[in-house]
Amino acid sequence: MNRTQPLVLGIESSCDETGVGIVRGDTLLANTVSSSMDEHVRFGGVIPEIASRAHLDAFIPTLEQALDTAGVTLDEVDALAVTSGPGLAGALMVGVCAAKALSLATGKPLYAINHLVAHVGVGVLDGGVLPENLGALLVSGGHTEILRVRSLTDDVELLGATIDDAAGEAYDKVARILGLGYPGGPVIDKLAREGDPKRIRFPRGLTQPKYMGSAEEPGPHRYDWSFSGLKTAVARCVEQFEAAGEPLPVADIAASFQEAVADVITAKAMLACTEHGISNLLLGGGVAANSRLRALTQERCDKHGISLRVPPVSLCTDNGAMVAALGAQVVMAGGQPSGIEFAPDSSMPVSSVHL
Amino acid sequence: MLILSLDTSAIASAALLTGQGETLAAFATEDTRSHAEVLAPGIGKIMTTADVTGADIDAVVVGVGPGPFTGLRSGIATARSLAFAWGKPLHGVMSLDAIAVDAALDAWRAGVDEFVVATDARRKEVYWARYRSTGGRHELLDGPHVSAPSAVPDLPAYGMGAGLYPEQLRGVTEYSGTQPTAEALGRTAVAKLEKGLDLLDTSPLYLRESDAKVPGPRKRAL
Ligand SMILES: [Zn+2]
Repeated sequence: MNRTQPLVLGIESSCDETGVGIVRGDTLLANTVSSSMDEHVRFGGVIPEIASRAHLDAFIPTLEQALDTAGVTLDEVDALAVTSGPGLAGALMVGVCAAKALSLATGKPLYAINHLVAHVGVGVLDGGVLPENLGALLVSGGHTEILRVRSLTDDVELLGATIDDAAGEAYDKVARILGLGYPGGPVIDKLAREGDPKRIRFPRGLTQPKYMGSAEEPGPHRYDWSFSGLKTAVARCVEQFEAAGEPLPVADIAASFQEAVADVITAKAMLACTEHGISNLLLGGGVAANSRLRALTQERCDKHGISLRVPPVSLCTDNGAMVAALGAQVVMAGGQPSGIEFAPDSSMPVSSVHL
Repeated sequence: MLILSLDTSAIASAALLTGQGETLAAFATEDTRSHAEVLAPGIGKIMTTADVTGADIDAVVVGVGPGPFTGLRSGIATARSLAFAWGKPLHGVMSLDAIAVDAALDAWRAGVDEFVVATDARRKEVYWARYRSTGGRHELLDGPHVSAPSAVPDLPAYGMGAGLYPEQLRGVTEYSGTQPTAEALGRTAVAKLEKGLDLLDTSPLYLRESDAKVPGPRKRAL
């Protein structure tokens, strides 16, 4: 197998995006994504069975388009990569079965890749090799994590994560409470610009001393987040305005909610970075598109002397290029293929970069 | 002619068959929940056993259900990807036909004209279809459907669905544990392909909507 500048095709199907990406080494050649988001709108959130059906329908057309865009054939590909977890079990299954079949049909080696680490690995497609002392803050509709990345291909550690809803999920739920539709992120972000972020003080979850502890004696959730209480607080707040017969200050609530999310995410991320000698941070995941989260992360990174890297939005949201990019890194690092007997793992830990 | 046949509507199975319906190699699992792990390796093994490469295969055929959603998709995603990578024609077959092909012969020998095929749809329901046996050949009359076993027509019933609900279905004992297999599915497919008849496309026959419910409006405080 060509292990220098390998041509790798990556497949992603862990949530509601069917993605096929093609890279050569750390150069992006194609990033084709088909989203079933529109089909989930009326439900106000991703419905796993609907997402899985959409993956099956979208896979071959997405694959064809990616090959076409990259101007390569399956025969020319050096290796295949697929998200094997974490994610929605039924959705992962579609991409994994398709990837195994392509591997069987072409004889190309297959790498089963961790979706979360792929969100970090995608960074190489925008700016090349990732720096040392690296941390990654991943925020999306499906996950909220802070990682320490000692080696992209074999040493990644979870420092903290949400213990309930992902941040993006909280946006969706709050948007529903405010009657703003789905998905919640973009609409709340837009509305928040016209609102007062200090009008209502919403809670920052898991920030009480009993959860935080100290740097020397960390509490049980020092770097963890919780967003379910925040969503409840927004609902209570809305009820109070309604009970008082006052018009709902939607923009102020949106701004105050967004401030609470961005504040607690970045505060805890900074704590994790400074207490673990992390001097370079990568921000990834779909919520990296959020203007306030980006601005506050930049501001606080500057304050702590941490360099910040944010890949373009098309590489932050779920896609196949990130899977291909990490797959290529694993190939270049001499990693062994996963074969075609592995099982998808909906709760694959970040310590497992590939199977 | 050489076809690769797959079915994951219940168990996971694969078979290589000639145009005469002769099986060169086949594999089938017992269980109904590990399709994503076992299917591709199983196909790899039967191709090695039969000393066949993708270039030798003339068409890929897959059972399109009805069957439990996740398992069913495993087979269809696999079949579509193999056919795409090999550049070979791809066809679908209704999975209950894989039981009907043998049931029709049994029914004919028993002097029965019409029969049903039923498989496990979980949630106390069965997937079923009604067939006529014409000289031992199956002809689909009605279905496939998914319903409570009590809603299935009162006819001799073939397949695992009959075995699961002996009180509601008139099960044919020797077939009470029969599941659709790629081998039987392939026999019905080659018979049609050799005659130049059309098969189905590979759209899955889910028969059920996703369980998703549209949330109601939020209750107001007043
Ligand atoms: Zn993601």
